[in-house]
Amino acid sequence: MIASKTNLFNMLTKKRYGNKKHWTDLFSYFYLAIGVLLMFGPVLWLGLSSFKTAAGLTEYPPTFLPLAQLEVMVEGYKKPLLLYNVKMEDGSLMELAEIRRIGIISQMVDPNNPKIRYKIPIENRERIREFKMAWENYTEPLERFNFLHYLKNSVSVTVLATIITLIINSMAAYGLSIYEFKGKTVAIVFVIGTLLIPLTIILVPVYYVISNFMMVNSLWGVILPGAATPTGVFLLRQYMLTLPRELIEAARMDNASEWSIYWRVVLPLSLPAIAVLAIFSIMWRWNEFLWPLIVLGRSEVYTVQIGLNAFQGELITQWHYLLAMTILALLPIAIIFAFLQRFITTGIASSGMK
Amino acid sequence: MLKKKIIYEIAEWPFRLLMSAIDVLMRPIQKIVGINGMPYIFLLPNFLFFGLFVIIPLGINLIFSFTGGTELYVENRPFVGDKQYQFIFDCENYFIPNSCNEDLFWRGVYNTITFVFFQVGFMVIFSLITALILNKKIIGRSFFRSVYFFPVLLSPVVVGVIWKWILLRNGLLNSFIENFGGSKVLFLTEPTWAMFWVVFVSIWAHMGFYTLIILAGLQAIPPNLYEAAEMDGTKRERIFWRITLPLLWSNLLVVIILALIKGVQTFDEIYVLTGGGPGTSTSLIVQYIYTTGFAAAGAVQNFGLAAAASMILGIVLLVLTLIQLYLGWSKEEKKQDI
Repeated sequence: MIASKTNLFNMLTKKRYGNKKHWTDLFSYFYLAIGVLLMFGPVLWLGLSSFKTAAGLTEYPPTFLPLAQLEVMVEGYKKPLLLYNVKMEDGSLMELAEIRRIGIISQMVDPNNPKIRYKIPIENRERIREFKMAWENYTEPLERFNFLHYLKNSVSVTVLATIITLIINSMAAYGLSIYEFKGKTVAIVFVIGTLLIPLTIILVPVYYVISNFMMVNSLWGVILPGAATPTGVFLLRQYMLTLPRELIEAARMDNASEWSIYWRVVLPLSLPAIAVLAIFSIMWRWNEFLWPLIVLGRSEVYTVQIGLNAFQGELITQWHYLLAMTILALLPIAIIFAFLQRFITTGIASSGMK
Repeated sequence: MLKKKIIYEIAEWPFRLLMSAIDVLMRPIQKIVGINGMPYIFLLPNFLFFGLFVIIPLGINLIFSFTGGTELYVENRPFVGDKQYQFIFDCENYFIPNSCNEDLFWRGVYNTITFVFFQVGFMVIFSLITALILNKKIIGRSFFRSVYFFPVLLSPVVVGVIWKWILLRNGLLNSFIENFGGSKVLFLTEPTWAMFWVVFVSIWAHMGFYTLIILAGLQAIPPNLYEAAEMDGTKRERIFWRITLPLLWSNLLVVIILALIKGVQTFDEIYVLTGGGPGTSTSLIVQYIYTTGFAAAGAVQNFGLAAAASMILGIVLLVLTLIQLYLGWSKEEKKQDI
C-alpha cells in the first residue's frame, strides 16, 4: 500500500530528465530572486525617487514612497506653512503649523487659532505627510531648461542617422551578396578591417575630419561618422544571401533596372533583418555618449545624454530634476524593449552585436 | 485590417518617393557602367563613409602621433619624430607610475588592467551561472531573461545616474547599512570602494549581453547528449564538467575575448559615475585619451600625445581582435567537421 503510494507520488512529480531533487533547483530560484532585486531594484528606486519633491529627496533615511509634507494656509501669513504633529508639554497631541525655526526651538501656531504662538523643541514634533507625486519634477525642466530642445536634438540624430545607416548599409550588403565582381573579396576584407578599428582609437583624427567639414558643434558631426556600420553590412548580407537568385534573374528578364531590383524586390524581402538593424541603430544612437561629448560643445546642440551628463556634473546637483530627466531619457528605450524584445534578443544571439 | 494597411501605405510613401527619385539618377548610370559595374555603385556610399571616417583617420592618427604643437590642422603641426612615444615611455620603472614622465598614462594603464581583470572575470562567471540557470526548465524563464538583459539597453549616463543616486552619502545603500548597525561609507570618494563600484556597475550593465550569447551556445549543445547521460544515471556535476563545459568552451573563449575588447575601451559609465576619481584612481586609458586630447581643464589640447596613446591602445585591441577572429574561424571549422 505504502509502496504504491510513493509510486504514484513519483509518477506525478516525475520530470523529463531524472526525478531527483537537486540542490541546484533550489539555488536557481534563490539566485533568480536576488537577480530580480538587484537588476530591477535600482531602476525602481530611480522611478520612485523621481516623484519626490526636492525636500523629500534630502530626507535621511529615505522613505520608500514619494511623500510630501502637508501644508496649510494660515490667516496672517503669506506663504503656506508646514504641518506637524506636536506632543505638548502636558502630554496632549496637537496639529500645529511651523512659522520659523530658531536653532532647536520651533515657533508654531495652531491653524484654527492663529493668535496664540507656541515654542516647541523640535524633537517633540513630527511631520505630517501624505503620498504625493511631484509631477513638477517632470514639467519644470521642460520649461525652464533646454531639456525639450535636447530631446528634439536626440530625436533628429537618431532618426536621420538610422535612415542613412539603413540605406547605405543595405546598398553595400546588396552589392556584396547579389553580385560576383572583381575585388569582392578585397571589399569583404575591407569591411572586416573596419570592424577592427573602433572609434575610441581614432578620436583625434575623426575630430580633425569633422572640423575640416565644419561639423564641430553640429548634429551632422555626430550623425555621419558612425553611419556606415560593418556589423550592419554583415547582418544584412547574411540575410540577403539566403534569398533565391531566381527572383533577381526573373526581374532582370522583365527589364527591371538594378536599382529597382534592389528596392522593389530585395529590400522588402529583407525586412526582418532590416528591422533588427533599425532597432539596434536607434538604440546605439539614442545612447551614444563619448563621440557627442567630443563634438557637441554648445548647449544648443546637446543631445539628451550630453545634457543629462552636464546636469549631473554641476556643482550643486538638482537631484529632483535630474532623476526625472533620467527617467525621460530611458523611457523611449524601455518602450522599444517592451514591444520588440524578441527582435533584440534574437538579433544579439545570432550576430553577437551590441 | 484595412486601417492598418492604409497606415502602412502612408508610411511607405516617402520611401517610395525617395527610391523612385534615386532610380531616375541610377538608370543613366547603369547605362554607362553596365550591370557588371553596378555593384561598385552600390558599394560606393558605404565605402566612402568607411574611408572618410575610419581608414583615412587611421592614417592621420599615425601622422598626429609623430607631430607636436597645439594646432589641430595637420599642415600647421611640426614633425617631432617619435618624441610623443618617447615621452610616454620615459619611465624609470614601468611598474611604478610615479616614476614615469607621463604618470597619468601609466596610471590609466594599471587602472585599466585592474578593472578589466575583475570586470571580465566576474562578469563571465556570473553570466555563465545565469545562462546555466536560464537554460533550465524554470517557471517564468522569458521574464527572468529580460530582467537580466534590460540594463544592457540603458545608456551609460542613465546607468551612471542610477547608481550615483544609490551610492550617495545619504543614499539608499548607506541607509540600509546604518539600518543594520553599520556606519556610512563614502563609496565614490574612497579609491578602493570607487574601483569596486565601477567594476560592479559595469558588470550590472553589461552582464545580460554576455548571458544571452552564452545561452545561445548552451542551446546549441545537442540534447541527445544529455539524454544519454541521464540514462546512464550520470551525476549533474559530472554532466556539467564532462559535457556542458567542454562543448561550451569555444563559445566561452569568444565571450571572454569580446568582453576584454569592450572592457579595455570602457569610458562612459565610469566618466559619469566617478569622473575617473577620486584623484585618478578610476581613470582608465580611454579617459586619458579623452582628457589629453579634448578636455584637459586649463591645459592645452595635446592632440599628438592623445594620438600616440590611441595607437598604443589600438595595437592592444588589434591583438585581441585577431585572437577573436581566429577563434571564431576555428569554431566555424569545427562545426563543419561535425
